Amino acid sequence: MTAAARKAAMATTFDPVAVRCDFPILARQVHGKPLVYLDSAASAQKPKAVLDAMTAAFETEYANVHRGAYLLSERATVNYEAAREKVRAFVNAKEPAEIVFTKGATEAINLVAATWGRANLKPGDEIVLTELEHHSNIVPWQLVRDQTGATIRVVKIENDGGVPTTAFAQVIGPRTKIVALAHVSNVLGTILPVEQVVEMAHAVGAKVLVDGCQGIVHESVDVQSLGCDFYAFSGHKLYGPNAIGVLWARRELLEAMPPYQGGGEMISTVTFERSTWAEVPAKFEAGTPPIVPAIGLGAAIDYLSQFDRAAVAAHERDLLSHAMHRLSEVPGIKLVGTAQRKAAVQSFVLDGAHPHDLATVLDRSGVCVRAGHHCAQPLMAALGHTATARASFGIYNTTADVDALIAALHKAREILL
Amino acid sequence: MSTAPTMIAPELSFDELVENFGLMDDWDDRYRYLIDLGRKLPAFPDDLKVDAHKVRGCMSQVWLMPGRTTAGTFAFAADSDAHIVKGLIAVLGILYSGKPAAEAAQIDAEAAFGALGLDQHLSPSRRNGLVAMVGKLKQYAAAA
Repeated sequence: MTAAARKAAMATTFDPVAVRCDFPILARQVHGKPLVYLDSAASAQKPKAVLDAMTAAFETEYANVHRGAYLLSERATVNYEAAREKVRAFVNAKEPAEIVFTKGATEAINLVAATWGRANLKPGDEIVLTELEHHSNIVPWQLVRDQTGATIRVVKIENDGGVPTTAFAQVIGPRTKIVALAHVSNVLGTILPVEQVVEMAHAVGAKVLVDGCQGIVHESVDVQSLGCDFYAFSGHKLYGPNAIGVLWARRELLEAMPPYQGGGEMISTVTFERSTWAEVPAKFEAGTPPIVPAIGLGAAIDYLSQFDRAAVAAHERDLLSHAMHRLSEVPGIKLVGTAQRKAAVQSFVLDGAHPHDLATVLDRSGVCVRAGHHCAQPLMAALGHTATARASFGIYNTTADVDALIAALHKAREILL
Repeated sequence: MSTAPTMIAPELSFDELVENFGLMDDWDDRYRYLIDLGRKLPAFPDDLKVDAHKVRGCMSQVWLMPGRTTAGTFAFAADSDAHIVKGLIAVLGILYSGKPAAEAAQIDAEAAFGALGLDQHLSPSRRNGLVAMVGKLKQYAAAA
């Protein structure tokens, strides 16, 4: 079936069972049991299309980009820049120059904190974060806080893991210079009210950075209609390879920001007295960039784009509600994160068992879940847990995976309790 | 006023443990057995579960304090909030508790966990935690 025909067929129905066949790793077993992969929020598995695109890049069109005057380098450059255009279209940015490739979302956020932050923050200014942020959206701001004398203010979450706009309204004020928030919580799955926060922040002249690692995976993102100023995400959670991330920002912001790292590719001229910078986005891509990972990310976007993403989102919502329903039937299981608006991520704890033990025993049944603080220690403290177990769902998961998790949990209870 | 913790006094030898492990058919049973060993550990007083006794490098919480048996040999008390880690503590108790301190400081715990086949069944993060516990025990035994 051609991609177009397949997209047409998928438009009304989405068949995750067929999708599973595109992901070679899902055919393997662990500990003699079929693999039930429920840790896509940590890193998603890769479809064969991504692996093939990367192999082809290495096998047939590999050289360094932007410099060689020979065919291979030209081909590699074209492919690398084509990946940038795919990302642009995927997030509906105005132009490819607004897409900066980084090694991950962490680097993308560090880039903004270090460059925009150092250039714009001063004592008395406030950086607004939420209680549910990943460490990657906390620590870079602490670094720039300590360098600039700005302060960090924290928006509290509610008991169910929701963060209502009223909570933001209590914290965002005239001193706010930037609000940095997750699109979707990596621990609780809570979808944050980004559009409303953008409106509030812009009303006081503050910028908004969205950590989109979990958001872009579960819904289609249009940075222009979202209205934010920065959107960061990683490739490996989006069914692409790791070592590639994206920072989107509007051109005028990128142009006004000083460079992040110095090196090759990011300069226009260099003398020992001074250097001048290349145009964006090259200004922020010092050194040889992640060429093949970028091509792999482009292939992942192509792969995802063949599906009706609304149908995929509906499928994931069904999985989540099935999971929440069935998990609450297991004696001793307590759901952590039950906000009204949620993506397909569910944390839980089992009375009397440590989440690590739970994850270890579930693994024996072939079920992969994450256990721990999920790089969100302030959130764990707010929730009153030291750790949780987390099941997260991707495009290839089915209700059979949820049922396998439940069966494994019953067995784990019998072993652990 | 803190209560003194009760030192771990293992009921079986390491060879017996290896034999018992070998008798079991699958890892579900071995985990059950390990967890049972952990459950039999003497209680570790809550008021001693403080940062000073915490073993750094473990993903779950572990508290560990050195001491001596009535015979004067090396011993320790420890606890964790995770069942499997408590089981690992029990295995360490079998290895370390009751040995002369000089001998305890020389124990090759890695080889012992290898003999149980446990090394291949622990996640890297748990292995790091185990290495951290073994490091503490070596340090305490050498200083005893």
